[in-house]
Amino acid sequence: MLEVTGLRVAYGGIQAVRGISFHVNDGEMVALIGANGAGKTSTLKALSRLLNAAGGSVRYGGREISALAPHQLISQGIALVPEGRGVFPRMSIVENLLMGAYIRDDKAAIAADQHHVFSLFPRLAERAQQLAGTLSGGEQQMLAIGRALMSRPKLLLLDEPSMGLAPLMVQKIFEVIRTVADEGMTVLLVEQNAKLALEVSRRAYVMESGEITLTDDSAKLLENPRVREAYLGE
Amino acid sequence: MDIFIQQIINGLVLGSIYALVALGYTMVYGIMGLINFAHGEVVMIGAMVALTVIKLLAGSGLPVYIVILVALIAASAVCMAVGYAIERIAYRPLRRAPKLAPLITAIGVSIVLQNLAMLVWGRNYHAFPPILPVSEHEILGATITSVQVAIVLIAALLMAALIALIDHTRLGRAMRATSENPPIAQLMGVNINQIISLTFVIGSALAAVAGLMVSANYSIAHYYMGFMLGLKAFTAAVLGGIGNIAGAVLGGILLGLIESLGAGYIGDFTGGFLGSNYQDIFAFFVLIGVLVFRPSGLIGEKVSERA
Repeated sequence: MLEVTGLRVAYGGIQAVRGISFHVNDGEMVALIGANGAGKTSTLKALSRLLNAAGGSVRYGGREISALAPHQLISQGIALVPEGRGVFPRMSIVENLLMGAYIRDDKAAIAADQHHVFSLFPRLAERAQQLAGTLSGGEQQMLAIGRALMSRPKLLLLDEPSMGLAPLMVQKIFEVIRTVADEGMTVLLVEQNAKLALEVSRRAYVMESGEITLTDDSAKLLENPRVREAYLGE
Repeated sequence: MDIFIQQIINGLVLGSIYALVALGYTMVYGIMGLINFAHGEVVMIGAMVALTVIKLLAGSGLPVYIVILVALIAASAVCMAVGYAIERIAYRPLRRAPKLAPLITAIGVSIVLQNLAMLVWGRNYHAFPPILPVSEHEILGATITSVQVAIVLIAALLMAALIALIDHTRLGRAMRATSENPPIAQLMGVNINQIISLTFVIGSALAAVAGLMVSANYSIAHYYMGFMLGLKAFTAAVLGGIGNIAGAVLGGILLGLIESLGAGYIGDFTGGFLGSNYQDIFAFFVLIGVLVFRPSGLIGEKVSERA
């Protein structure tokens, strides 16, 4: 479904991503793990067109998407849950969700999807009219995921969904991510919390200073001594 | 007492016009953090176009309200095109430039538009043709004309429509999303260039209406009229809290009242030393006062300088 070849991202003269290649198959959850500063977020930003890649190709459903404008991506079926959540703070929960459905005009289906998001995250339903800026970090993360789902994406890009959240909240968020994946969503998960990411994903890529250094089934990576030492703190 | 009521009425009329113009400043600031100092000239162009159309049609025997309507449509169309062009030519190429750069082009655009208007319409004052059926009404010993009533009502209607648009429609949500976080708005599928263009176009349409109102209210139009009006409307936007829609409305009305009451009583306060021709100083006292004591405006939020 998603095929990345030789992707490079540079900030000025500094190369953050040095020609990486990976792919995500239809219906699978793939994790991209690595330490802070390894280039994971830069990779996702280039995929979602918030950054211009310095080189390489990104094919999605057989089509080159690396030259699309950022606002055209979502109608291709790609939704990003950005690092730091990026909810609209002065809009209510419902308005944030409606922004997720911005490209759609089927009112009845949008209402049904909003209902679905509320069933995934009952906490959001309780606060439907509350301004997003007044929510806790965990609630904002729920909202960011719910908002991404409102576009009915085929590919969901998740950037550090566990960042800055209490362990209990992380657990809740990942339960939902698992549910969404089980429903057949294709997911690319970028995550610093390697253990968590490897537990929910099928395959994973390990990124180190801008390069992919290791890839395997997530279950095998969990057993890999190098990964255990470097990322699982053993 | 009669003077007091009369100045309140005049202030409301003036304030409605300021508010319409202030909305243009505040919408653009809200969405891209930029003061469009050329906005006052858009008001002037609206007034000039409307006046030209009215003069052309005045002898045609068409009913007055049709003449006014045609003038309004023509002025809005021209102003919308001008607003669109200003953004495309003067601001869009500088989207990533330091904040000072678009401020300088704004002043440049303002000068260019003034001089263009002078070439097209000349240096002379243009009198508003007396085609409006003016009737006078007594309220508590003061008079209000039918034109003034119309100005206040139309301004209120437009402002209510704008607020409804921003608060309750898909376009309004896209505008607010763009204002809060442009990259994320893009991820939602919002074409932010389109939204920014639309913001200029809507603000310019309001400016066109305001232009017609000013020239009808004072019965006069002039290529230089946009400058002072623009500064005052900007003051109104700052007074209410720039970037805040309700603030622009409140600031506009308040400034109109302050100016009008100030002009009415300045002679008494200074023992006749200063007359009502000094009414312009009040707006700038207000501007200085707000900037010194409450830079975020009456109902604006505290904003830190955006990078």
